[in-house]
Amino acid sequence: MASDWKSFEPILIPDIPNLEKIDVYEKNGGYKAFEKVVKGNDWKPEDVVNEVKAANIRGRGGAGFNAGLKWSFMPPADGGPRYLACNGDESEPGTFKDRKIFEYNPHLFIEGALIAAYAMEITTIYVYIRGEYYSWIKMMEKALSDARSKGYVGKNIFGSDYSVEFEVTGGAGAYICGEETSMLESLEGKRGYPRVKPPFPAQKGLWGRPTTINNIETLANVPGVINNGADWFTNIGAETHPGPVLYGISGHVNRPGVYELPSGVPVMDLINEVAQGIRGGKKLKGLIPGGSSTPILRADQLDGVSMDADSLREAGSMMGTAGMIVMDEDTDMVDALWRIAHFYHHESCGQCTPCREGTGWLEKILLKIKNGEGEIRDLDLLLDVTTQMEGRTICALADAAAWPVRHTINRFRDEFEARCKKSVHAVA
Amino acid sequence: MEETYKFTKEDLKEIDAIKAKFPEVMPATLPTLWVAQNRFGHVEPPVQRLVAKTLDLPESHVHGVATFYTQYYKERKGKYVLDVCTTTSCQLCGGYKMLHYLEDKLGIKAGETTDDGMFSIQSVECLGACGYAPMMQITNDVYVNNLTEEKLDEVIDSLKEGKIPEFESVGMPLLEKINNK
Repeated sequence: MASDWKSFEPILIPDIPNLEKIDVYEKNGGYKAFEKVVKGNDWKPEDVVNEVKAANIRGRGGAGFNAGLKWSFMPPADGGPRYLACNGDESEPGTFKDRKIFEYNPHLFIEGALIAAYAMEITTIYVYIRGEYYSWIKMMEKALSDARSKGYVGKNIFGSDYSVEFEVTGGAGAYICGEETSMLESLEGKRGYPRVKPPFPAQKGLWGRPTTINNIETLANVPGVINNGADWFTNIGAETHPGPVLYGISGHVNRPGVYELPSGVPVMDLINEVAQGIRGGKKLKGLIPGGSSTPILRADQLDGVSMDADSLREAGSMMGTAGMIVMDEDTDMVDALWRIAHFYHHESCGQCTPCREGTGWLEKILLKIKNGEGEIRDLDLLLDVTTQMEGRTICALADAAAWPVRHTINRFRDEFEARCKKSVHAVA
Repeated sequence: MEETYKFTKEDLKEIDAIKAKFPEVMPATLPTLWVAQNRFGHVEPPVQRLVAKTLDLPESHVHGVATFYTQYYKERKGKYVLDVCTTTSCQLCGGYKMLHYLEDKLGIKAGETTDDGMFSIQSVECLGACGYAPMMQITNDVYVNNLTEEKLDEVIDSLKEGKIPEFESVGMPLLEKINNK
């Protein structure tokens, strides 16, 4: 599989001019999968869930959970409202992929969301897009209004008795709203404080009703699965993490950008061939593989590693959002880690003490080290703070803040020690 | 005396359309704050009160929301707010250099506004344009990518003439070029 990526034909964002226009999308087979499930007698909602489950579309927002399995957690319909909340918050540093779908193939996402809604007997879909993506919110509003005027959204779709509403809404600047229950709070018009689970959103989500939350890229994979079958999907890319992936490559590479390739592409191929190597002919120092919370890997840890959940876990990191941040040999790891710590401190919602206080201490201690005033024992203090944060809060933001600190210090310990003053020890 | 703020008829129509998207009125809080900020340029407490009154929601709720989200201006800003991203990928690619260049050029620090009320500068968290670093966003609207000092000079000059740069479609790098290599 590893070398197949060179002949891969993009599925999510194929090179078709003006595909964002609904008539072009329709001419290229668009909305046929949705029509098939709504009109066809052999596609009951549970059949759609089972097909998507078999395809093993692992959530592209970072958690990597089987989307169809998530759908199957919805309780049976009781005639009341049920919601699909599409997560377009995309705020994890290093991640800039879902905006490509909004811009170049919005109807693929809309169709995927509509199929998901049909499968779960959902009455209303919301797509929540981060407020900074104002330009892309406008694009989605246009696409959705076209879909509505063509009758794909609204009452009695394709003459059936299936009806669904679909609305776009925007955030206003808060990383935490990418956390699924925080996003629900924000959608409800409140501060984005994550909710205690259980109850899980499938039981009590928006306005206390059954709700499923999926990432944009995850949903964009659904029409392909319905058109071509689960087997087709599971044959793309890595066996345990199949399908196309939008890789976002940024940092010190010659050609950064978002690239659609199968899952499981070797990391070094992505850096050296796809992104055309490190700028200025420099050497690679480290890679953050899937957004800023995923543990950094040193260059010497990347041999034979490929971009899929299992390979990255073995290497000591995670797939996350496949937002790869590449760092060259001149990168100051202390500065880089301080900036990541600053980010999580700024974005902590403040609800849980270990996160609100912990992220602040991580940033403060790292600033002290960055300014040459740290002592070696501060490194151990940092590691201690991370263990006081991890797993002790309502949501995973504290974990996301703790992991990069722990792993960057452990994997670049010499560099951190070199920035510290010698500790003064009492003589026994 | 407190300045009085009023929504226009068009604003109220827009707010009604927002309310129609949701089963309750509270979800209209964030979008209505946006309508208010677009109308008045900020959401200082009197504007927050107007939003609360218009939606018939507690002022404390609107205040809580307005202060939670960073994009709402709780104090007045310049006509153009330059949000320079300095998070990881931008930091690696010179985001702070661009921020400091702007600060020197405009004679203000991040968080401040020029005396003529034209520009504010902010150092902001990741804007989701990591591949096009360094970059900035202008007044919660258009992204300006792949910043250089020359590009910043051009942008500032055109903003002084009231011209906001157009949306830049960055595109997807052509994969077939790699494939055919």
